[in-house]
Amino acid sequence: MSRQMTGAEMIVEALKDQGVETIFGYPGGAVLPIYDALFHQNKVHHVLVRHEQGAGHAAEGYARSTGKVGVLLVTSGPGATNAVTALTDALMDSIPIVCISGQVPTHLIGSDAFQECDTVGITRHCTKHNYLVKRIEDLPRILHEAFYVAAAGRPGPVVIDVPKDVQFAVGTYSAPRGIHHKTYQPKLKGDRDKIRQAVAMMAAAKKPVFYTGGGVINSGPAASHLLRELVQLTGFPITSTLMGLGAYPAPDPQWLGMLGMHGAYEANNAMHDCDLMIAVGARFDDRITGRLDAFSPNSKKIHIDIDPSSINKNVKVDLGIVGDCAHVLEDMVTLWRSGAHEQDKKAHESWWKKIDGWRARNSLAFKPSTETIKPQYAIQRLYELTKDRKTYITTEVGQHQMWAAQHYYFTEPNRWMTSGGLGTMGYGLPAAIGAQMAHRDALVIDIAGEASILMNIQELSTAVQFRCPVKIFILNNEYMGMVRQWQELLHGGRYSQSYSEALPDFVKLAEAYGAHGIRCSDPAKLDDAIKEMIDHPGVVIFDCRVDKAENCLPMIPSGKAHNEMILPDEDDDIGSVIDDKGKMLV
Amino acid sequence: MNAPASPPSPYSSAIGKSNVESHTLSVLVDNEPGVLARVVGLFSGRGYNIESLTVAEVAHGEHLSRITIVTTGTPEVIEQISHQLERIVPIHKVTDLTVGGKFIQRELAMVKVAGKGESRVETLRLAEAFRAKVIDATTESFVFELTGSTTKIDDFVELMRPLGLVEVSRTGVAAISRGPERI
Repeated sequence: MSRQMTGAEMIVEALKDQGVETIFGYPGGAVLPIYDALFHQNKVHHVLVRHEQGAGHAAEGYARSTGKVGVLLVTSGPGATNAVTALTDALMDSIPIVCISGQVPTHLIGSDAFQECDTVGITRHCTKHNYLVKRIEDLPRILHEAFYVAAAGRPGPVVIDVPKDVQFAVGTYSAPRGIHHKTYQPKLKGDRDKIRQAVAMMAAAKKPVFYTGGGVINSGPAASHLLRELVQLTGFPITSTLMGLGAYPAPDPQWLGMLGMHGAYEANNAMHDCDLMIAVGARFDDRITGRLDAFSPNSKKIHIDIDPSSINKNVKVDLGIVGDCAHVLEDMVTLWRSGAHEQDKKAHESWWKKIDGWRARNSLAFKPSTETIKPQYAIQRLYELTKDRKTYITTEVGQHQMWAAQHYYFTEPNRWMTSGGLGTMGYGLPAAIGAQMAHRDALVIDIAGEASILMNIQELSTAVQFRCPVKIFILNNEYMGMVRQWQELLHGGRYSQSYSEALPDFVKLAEAYGAHGIRCSDPAKLDDAIKEMIDHPGVVIFDCRVDKAENCLPMIPSGKAHNEMILPDEDDDIGSVIDDKGKMLV
Repeated sequence: MNAPASPPSPYSSAIGKSNVESHTLSVLVDNEPGVLARVVGLFSGRGYNIESLTVAEVAHGEHLSRITIVTTGTPEVIEQISHQLERIVPIHKVTDLTVGGKFIQRELAMVKVAGKGESRVETLRLAEAFRAKVIDATTESFVFELTGSTTKIDDFVELMRPLGLVEVSRTGVAAISRGPERI
């Protein structure tokens, strides 16, 4: 099927052919033909954001909550540069998005024309791949290829920069055929011999632990299913990264909680003391490993990842398996089932006993209060009151994000959207809008901080316009809490610029935008207030006034190892735990 | 070379840093705009070294270019560089010639030397010993063309320095494996 049409029409046609129902964007001079083509159809729904960064994060939220490719449409110059943070965020967290940007007409490129910028030059470092389309003949192929590159292998953001004259030019459009990319063909199946070797190592392990990451989520729901099967077959403990939450159900006894800088004591100690680590779709990020030369010193390490460059990047492993998580896990399950494994039951028993000892330390505990709302308590109540619904959680970045990860229990993949790698404040609200657009009947909550939410607060307008009933649950402690915590740790409690002064009245702010505002500062009234938020049919800002001084613990201080955590009851003098070398780190 | 060792960062890799090697990589790429920028950007963005880099189209019909990169790093870093290069979408193939077996690398240099009298005779005698060709001559200068390994060219340039070396233009390293196989 090939037809004559303009470049702008081709873009809309390709979106339809790629199964895209919703895109997020903002019009401008260099994309007017595309907006005109959108005007003439009603299959592709356009969500008008209020800032292009919001479009990018909304596309990410859409992608992460559906497993599909998210799409944003921005104009040239500032439209493209505003999208850069979101593109970088998607690159760091391996989120498949396609960004279509307008560009000045080809004959003006390089002339410093109005709203011109070198979009492919600027985004080369923050995309998986990008294209400048100079000829209408190339446009259909590039459009389809972009969707393939964004989603295949380790997913990521792709930019297609389309000059305005190419949007007006007429050419022949053809629908996507089974794409066989000439250079980019990621390996999905893992090496059979290596998988066999991995299963043998697992059968022989005395102190094993699964360490799983965002790759399991990206691999699709099948990977999460297979992971659950394998974990239950082997009886091994499992811990997940921030990006990997939900792949394994958190209430299960084999789950040790999140690991890493603000991970659970039992998870980090299990990582440190294990004799076999099975890393699945995780990348040994510095928030996870802590001090590298003291990272899990006595373990053999198996690493399954679709990206060969992730293997041996930060931590040298004993067995690297390149492949898609679902494919490799499937082979592992089959092999495990087919063999009779003589596991060392006694060793496993004593391993679990040790883990239970760490667990008994209750590292996520906090001092309850009847006077003020403890932020952890707020998350726990939010979880209890929403767990029986179809709930999607997004976050901003900071203490509230870590508390959400620690205290909200995820049982399904694709329900948790957070900015892990880049740590982008302002991610949560647009991401929530993206998730809500894909799941109109679900409850979507952005767990936010009062500082983060102000970074993309303009998207409240988008939520109201598109009747996107997201709930913004602000843990308001009047501080950039994580900054304050680090200033306490490293800089003698000199809280330079971390106090959120001149905050808006969030209830009035909500009303100003046509949303509903709720404020609560009394723990006794919290449940009713949360219920009010859930039951309200529209957009809600919940200004939850929490304890201003609470620190996010437990914590591996920078420069320390997994077994050197600060625990909640040891935080009297956290200003003295980090040495000079640790202070250099971020 | 006697700089004091900086204290190891707690986040720096536990992998050894002492055994730095030089490797020659052959990279086959689609000859499309921006591909060289992607490769060079990868090296600068991730802090890898480039000792030499050459690029030219090698198969017109297929629009294939071959980039030869000489880089230094520990074996672990070199492996990372190869894998990171492989992630770049328009890259067809990355081959580490240094681990792949025997290979040849050559560089071409043009060396301008100015002088009069006795030094001119000495210049020509040395050029002959290095099999450097005279490709331009005036009564007071020569331009030599010289092909060879990087060290051979370094040696020649050093010899020319006291004899009136004016300037040098070098192509960087091109490399190919020995034997009948292709990369």
